[in-house]
This record gives sequence, C-alpha cells and structure tokens, in this order.
Amino acid sequence: MIYLDNAATTKAAPEVVEAMLPYFTEHYGNPSTIYSLGNESKKAISQARKTIADALGAKAEEIYFTAGGSESDNWAIKATAEAYEGKGRHIITTKIEHHAVLHTCQYLEKKGFEVTYLDVDENGLIDLEELKAAIRPDTILISVMFANNEIGTIEPIAQIGQIAREHGILFHTDAVQAFGQVPIQVDELKIDMLSSSAHKLNGPKGVGFLYIRKGVKIRSFVHGGAQERSRRAGTENVPGIVGFGAAVERAIRTMEERTKKEIELRDYLIHRIETEIDHCRLNGDRVKRLPNNVNFSFLFIEGESMLIMLDMKGICASSGSACTSGSLDPSHVLLAIGLKHEQAHGSLRMTLSEENTKEELDYVVENLKAIVERLRSMSPLYEDFVKKNGK
Amino acid sequence: MYSEKVMDHFQNPRNVGEIENASGVGTVGNAKCGDIMRMFLDIDENGIIQDVKFKTFGCGAAVATSSMATELVKGKSIQEALQVTNQAVMEALDGLPPVKVHCSLLAEEAIHAALWDYAQKNGIEIEGLSKPKSDISEGEEEEDY
Repeated sequence: MIYLDNAATTKAAPEVVEAMLPYFTEHYGNPSTIYSLGNESKKAISQARKTIADALGAKAEEIYFTAGGSESDNWAIKATAEAYEGKGRHIITTKIEHHAVLHTCQYLEKKGFEVTYLDVDENGLIDLEELKAAIRPDTILISVMFANNEIGTIEPIAQIGQIAREHGILFHTDAVQAFGQVPIQVDELKIDMLSSSAHKLNGPKGVGFLYIRKGVKIRSFVHGGAQERSRRAGTENVPGIVGFGAAVERAIRTMEERTKKEIELRDYLIHRIETEIDHCRLNGDRVKRLPNNVNFSFLFIEGESMLIMLDMKGICASSGSACTSGSLDPSHVLLAIGLKHEQAHGSLRMTLSEENTKEELDYVVENLKAIVERLRSMSPLYEDFVKKNGK
Repeated sequence: MYSEKVMDHFQNPRNVGEIENASGVGTVGNAKCGDIMRMFLDIDENGIIQDVKFKTFGCGAAVATSSMATELVKGKSIQEALQVTNQAVMEALDGLPPVKVHCSLLAEEAIHAALWDYAQKNGIEIEGLSKPKSDISEGEEEEDY
C-alpha cells in the first residue's frame, strides 16, 4: 500500500504509541486525585503541555487540551463571539476555511453575528488590502487558517497578525495542517488563538489543543470540573495528551530534515505529473505551500473514479469531487480559487510523508497516467474537446 | 460502499465507446454536479436496439449505472427500452448508496434522451416519451475549457 493521504490523518509514530501505553494500564490514575497514582498522570499532562508550549514559544498555561481540531475551532470562535459581543458582532474569515470554522461562523450568523468571508486569489492567498478594508469598528475576530488542508497554500500569517494587532482585534488561526510542518512562534506572528490536532502529526486521534493567549477573555467550552483551568471540564484524555506531547517533540526535532525530504518528493511528483500528463493544473501556490501537499485537477475526468482506480492499485489519496464529500457540490476551496465545477470534480490530492520514496511515486505516476487516459477515453467531455481542438 | 456488481461494472464497463452515425444520441446531466452521460443507440428498421454504447464523466456509480443501462436495453424494442427505469438499473446492480441514486436516474434519462433524438431525427413520436429534463444535447457541452 502507498499512503498519500497524510492531510487526512497520519500513522502514529512508534515512539508516540510507546509513550502512551503506560498511561492505559500502569499510570491510569485520574489526574485530579490526591494520591501518587493520580500524580503520575498529572505530571505527564504538565510535561506534554510544556513541550507543546515550548514548540510555539507560548506559556504552558496558555495551552488548553481539547478533543481535536474541530473542537478547538468551535471553541475559539463561539467563545470569542460570546465574550466580546459587547464590543461588536462582526467576524472576518475566509472562503477556504475548514468546515469546522465555516459552519461555526454560519451558526453565529443565525445568532445575529455578521461574518465577512474573504476571497482568495487563484493560488488560494487572501489579499491583505481586502482584509484591511473589511475591518469595522465592531470587528471582534479575524480567523484565517495557517495553511489550507486541500491545496496546501500557506497564508501570510505574520502580516495578518500585525494587522489584527494594530486594530485591536483578536486573531485566531486554524493550524491543524501547519503545526509540525512549518515553524510557528505565536508571539512573533501575533497569534492570539491557535487550533491544532495530534493525529495530523503522527500523534493519536481524538486529542487537540487550543492555544489562548493570556489576557484573552474566553468563556468555558465545557462546564464541570476544574480541568484545563475550568475552561474545558472533563477528566483528561491522559494517554492522548501524552501521545500528543511525544508527537510534538518528535515533529519539532525532525522538522528540518523531514520537511526537506518531503519538499524534494513533492516537487518531484509535481514535476513528473506536469510534464507527463496533459490538461492538468496544479492547485495551490507553488512556493507558499505545505512541504507535503500535491493537488492537481485533471480535466475531463471525475475524482471519485480516479480514487477507486488508484485504490485498486493500492494507492490511498483524496479528491475534492462532490462524490467524495457526500454532497452534490465539489470542494468549496477549489471553487474559491476559481475552478469550474468540472475542474474541481477532477481534483486529486496527494499528501506525502517522509516515509514515501521516489520509487513509490514513480509507481503512482505510471498508474495515474494509465488511469487518467482510461477515464478520458470514457469521457464525453474529452470526446467533445478532442472533436473541437484535436488532442 | 459499493456492491460487487457496481464494482464489476465500474472496473469492466460494458459497451463503452461511440457509434458513428448512430440512430440516436442523448447527453444528460451537468458538469456542475459531476455527472454527464452520453448514450448512442443503433436502432434497426424494426425498431430493435441492435447496438448501444456510452461515454460517462462521473463517479463509480455513474459509470456502473451507464454500463448496466446499456446492457438492459441492448436487443430490446423501443417500448421495452422505455420500460427500463432507474429502479431496474439499481436492482440489477444490487443497489446503490443513497447519495448515488441520482446516478441511476441519469442512466434512465440517458436512454430517454437518445430515444428522443432518434424520434426527432425520424420525425416520429414515441408513445410515453417526452424530452428529458436533464437533456443537454444542445448547448451546455459546448463550454470552453
């Protein structure tokens, strides 16, 4: 099997699993208890919190563990809205956010908030002038993702942070895809809140965190016990948090070497596809791009068909086609960068890991060429194109 | 997600291709929702469908339903072909996931669109046949890339 869907989820690293195991059976105590068994768990959580805070240049008490990226996004946006609605009821975000942000914003719109969804250019980048123009006296939050999950485009986070700070507006970023892939320092980038998820960086599923800068008024997301400084009650997912800490330690330690290798593989794959398959388009920015993201649209064919055929060859990838989204519309991200519906339906995302090899990618390209050709030979759109323009 | 029959018809679609100077050609669907089917019919002087081919842009279910639809109308009379419903196509494929039911509707309409074209070309009326709603044989497919 060749796994090219690391933006969907990653394999837990052996050292992560190893770090977690004792917290299921040996150190199973509830961290809120007074005896030493519980203390082991408490210490382990503190250690993980510190590791993560250090990675971001943050303070340990600014890291709040959650059940994952979607919860962190929900929390950041809903709680800010609630805590700051006295100041205003306007939020700025983008058209290419993850649904955890978009649907939360749409929910708030129903509650009477106003949301500006910024456009992006053909590479998926927001326009900073448009951002400035969107700011109003009642704007309370700017939420822009660090890097896009589908097309890998990295947004100008430092400039956005600067603009938000100058206007006294809180800045939240969904860094689920970026954390562990690119260096992030919250002070330098003037980030007030940041969402992350462990399973995107070789950690376990079901655990994430929200960084909340000290001084930001934010309401409790789950009411109950005193866990997470009473902001997010509930007995901690101790093994998950320990695994997250181990995954972050690993991600930071290996980042330079790992991403260098991923970029090499990424550019190799992009080059081979671009030079060997006609009528395709690279989606996302060529330079401001996550180290492991490759996203192409192949004209005249549909993504789900491609995915099934790749799967039959043992290759795991994903698509922005409607058929893979459970709705009739293709990816909102691909439409936002200006793709026509049929181009968006024919998209293929391959997200690499450092475990992939050139030989694997050669196998992928050879199969992809055959699959694209086969599907085009069956496509009425291709037939029309050839009749009109020749091959 | 898909039945074995759907996977079989997707991997080994029957009757893929074109018929030159076909008696009737119908194209249905739209690129917006990601499915376009084109069906070619060769109908003899006795009104029997002697040959049928298709081309489809779409997901696994779209390809499989097109393939099955061609199998179900081949060798049939026009009236028999009209009786091939989306339900029949789905049953022949051992079912489809709920989100893919529209693909089978499209397959039914592709047959109707091809028959409609045949009727238009020959200046005849086929009892029980009207122009399918999703017929895009004129216009939309001319869009530039």
